[in-house]
Parts: sequence; structure tokens; C-alpha cells
Amino acid sequence: MDIEKLYEMLRKAQEPKGYYFNKDKERTFELLEALQENKERYGYMVCPCRLASGEREGDKDIICPCVYREPDVEEYGSCYCNLYVSQEWNEENIPHEYVPERRPPDKIRF
Amino acid sequence: MPENSVTMYSLSTCSHCKSVKKLLDECTIQYEFTDVDLLKGKERTAILEDIKKFNPNCSFPTIIIGEKVIVGYKEKEIKEALGL
Repeated sequence: MDIEKLYEMLRKAQEPKGYYFNKDKERTFELLEALQENKERYGYMVCPCRLASGEREGDKDIICPCVYREPDVEEYGSCYCNLYVSQEWNEENIPHEYVPERRPPDKIRF
Repeated sequence: MPENSVTMYSLSTCSHCKSVKKLLDECTIQYEFTDVDLLKGKERTAILEDIKKFNPNCSFPTIIIGEKVIVGYKEKEIKEALGL
């Protein structure tokens, strides 16, 4: 899919839920391209900032939007990748802190 | 003072890893990196065991500058460790 189309499609679906794309479009598009690359590589859009096992069952918590997005946006205003953020984060009303990895390490499959 | 060696465990798709690579390139720092997502099988398992020693969370990027381990794109910390 064309990245511009993917951007619009996801934006329309996610903004009403309170999740906005990072206003840094270059970074957002880079991440969307990485998601697309993972879709081709694994068959699903797994988080580009985490190591996927390649088995859907083991990776299901990190298929974008991951299950950690909600608590991360709640606590830091941004998901782990800085792809989805809150309005306050985009408006720079809250500090852009480094979002630590919330996924338990035992979920990483070798 | 001898320069610290810089090694990074990264993912080819990760935005934070790309930011670190860009920062190091801009500062003309020589470094070695391994994109772990591009490795398979035993090679991947062996590298992950190595990463765990530095960063039990096994998250990316894990950057080793001399004796210091930095997890994530933390510009200030990276520059400090590099003596910049």
C-alpha cells in the first residue's frame, strides 16, 4: 500500500480514539515504511522498534498498535516508537521523555 | 586518552536505532553495529545471549561505549559517554 494512503487510513481510525501520529512527518513516514516492510517480511505489521520472532502467536502483543501503546501514551504521551502520541505531546505541552520498554523480556522468543 | 570503542545492537527497522546511527555518523564516530532482526537461527540466539549480559531487557538500541551501556536513543548520555 502507498504510505500516504496507509497514513490517512490509520489516522482516520486512530485519531478518534485519541491517538495521533507524531507531527514529525519524516519520522512517522519512516516508521510506516518500516511497518510495511515488516508486513512483507512477517505477514503482519509488527512493531519496528522491537525484535519479532516471526511467529504471529508470540508476536501478537507487539502487532501495531501494540498492547503497550495505551499505558505508554497514558504515562509518557507517546508509544515506545514515538509513532502514536497524544495531542499534548504533539503540542509540546508535556516533556518528550524517553519511553522505556514495557514489554516483559520473557516475551521475547529466541 | 584512548578512544572508547563503540558497539551497537540495533534493528534495521527501528527509529531509535536510526537516530543513534545518524548521531554517530554526524559526530564522525566509528562504530560497529549488528542489526539483530536480519540474523537468523543460531547466530541470532548467540547475539541475544550477548545482549542480555548488557541489557537484560534485550531492547534496542543497546549501545556499548567503552564500559558504559546505554539503552535507547539518549542523546545527552551518548554524547557524554563519547566525551563530546
